[in-house]
Amino acid sequence: MARGNWRYGAIWAWTLTVVIFLYLPAVCLLLASLTESRYFIFPISRWGLDWWGKTFASLEIRALFETSILIAGCVTVVAVTIAFFGALAFARYDWKGRALYQRIVLLPIFFPQSVLGLALLLWFSALGVDLSWKSAIFAHLVWIVPVVTLVISIQVYSFDPALEEAAFDLGANRWQVFREVTLPVLFPGIFSGALFAFLLSWGNFPLSLYTTGADTTIPEYLYAKMVAGYTPGVPVLGTVSTASAAILLLGGYALIVARRRRRAASED
Amino acid sequence: MTPAPDRTRRKLSLGAWHALPVIVFLLLGFVAPLLAVIGYSVMPERTFGIWQPPTLENYVTVFTGTSYISFLWSLSLAAATVAILAVICYPVALGLARVFGRWSSALTLVFTIPLFVSENVRMYGWILFLIKNGVLLGTLKSLFGIEMDSWLFTRGVIVFGMVYVYLPFMLFPMTLGVSMVPRETRDAAFDLGATRWQVFREIDLPLSMPGVVIGFLLSFVLAVGAIAEFKVLGGQQVIPITHDIEIAFTYAQNWPLGAALSVLLMLVVGTLVLLVLRRFDLDAILGRR
Repeated sequence: MARGNWRYGAIWAWTLTVVIFLYLPAVCLLLASLTESRYFIFPISRWGLDWWGKTFASLEIRALFETSILIAGCVTVVAVTIAFFGALAFARYDWKGRALYQRIVLLPIFFPQSVLGLALLLWFSALGVDLSWKSAIFAHLVWIVPVVTLVISIQVYSFDPALEEAAFDLGANRWQVFREVTLPVLFPGIFSGALFAFLLSWGNFPLSLYTTGADTTIPEYLYAKMVAGYTPGVPVLGTVSTASAAILLLGGYALIVARRRRRAASED
Repeated sequence: MTPAPDRTRRKLSLGAWHALPVIVFLLLGFVAPLLAVIGYSVMPERTFGIWQPPTLENYVTVFTGTSYISFLWSLSLAAATVAILAVICYPVALGLARVFGRWSSALTLVFTIPLFVSENVRMYGWILFLIKNGVLLGTLKSLFGIEMDSWLFTRGVIVFGMVYVYLPFMLFPMTLGVSMVPRETRDAAFDLGATRWQVFREIDLPLSMPGVVIGFLLSFVLAVGAIAEFKVLGGQQVIPITHDIEIAFTYAQNWPLGAALSVLLMLVVGTLVLLVLRRFDLDAILGRR
């Protein structure tokens, strides 16, 4: 399509503008964290890393990291396990209740999370469950299992069932087929699903707010500090949580690309 | 690509068997909590148990009170958000689906990263940008000597915040939709002498509709449930329905009233979602690579 080069240019320019718009707050957080003073006044007169030092020395903050990572880790393991089978039912097998099942899986995603958090609070209280990081894991899963099911499903759609049939015909048993054919072929989807699970749990606020009880995650702590008044500790932690999400995601993506290249090379 | 047309009895039961863990989990973690909300909504005022004789007094309170104002604010600001997002995202979706080529997946990643940062944190970044003596106003003042009032704590900035937070939820389904339009169909239309506008109206729009509508639905539903934008950026200029619900659950300690409000919100959202999702073939939307 040679007839629209200026259009391509306009689309590029617009997209880059949107990207800047998306990352502007992160840049502001970073700038605000690099000051020596107690208050935020721009342009910054005295640059420094004082608040980074103070934040990382704090034991309270370390405990927050542990809670957040613990929750996100457990959520990842459980979500990927359940969602793997869920995705096969979603995209691989043609069965009677499938259309209905697909819609049920989507419902929790299309649902306001603050209301979902409150609903879970009521449910836990009706059951007499004590709120802690464990109930938060359950709450995160309600939203994350459907998301991961979708992410893995997209990979499953491109999976050719004939590969499994061929392995069966060659005399492999069910476990062998699963381990040697299904799992490696679906691996990129499972891996992205795991990344999504971890990161969505890591950044979640509305579900944690009502279901963690006395335990606190990083987004909850940040919210409490924001409401209480300004401290440069908030930009520091905000920058850390943004940067760690970016590094995990970019690293994961690099791994997938490297794996694809290696496979392509070994097939040549 | 559609799944294998494998209709033997063995496969039927296999599919249901694989779906079982997800279904059981969602029954316990999604359906049961929603039933609990409905249960609480018919309990007498300010009770915390669920085994009292049912009553409809909370719904009477809601309908005779002023909650409808919050409802209208939530719905109308969400609608405004969706409209603005549609305009912002469509060119980007076109780019991701047709123009950027091998840059497309890297850019998709760039658009994904903000999803994983809690929205409070990102709102806070905007506060630092917009506040008096912040990044924007501070720079204007020191470089040009211009002093302006901050844009924070207005209705406009609430919509701005929602547009910002929900952008990926519009963008990704829209991109899926746009990439469902076959290139050959468009080329054929151009060859037959169709104008750019005709191709957009007769081919691009109808064929990308499933993804576009899902983007509308997803961002609308999430925006109706928004609360942080109103509190952090809007400074309580406008009270959304989610805030009414939260107040009922926390300060007012009136769980049944909060539950009744939640049931009404769930009805609005649920009806909308079910109506829209019923119409689309999800395999066709998600199955494309």
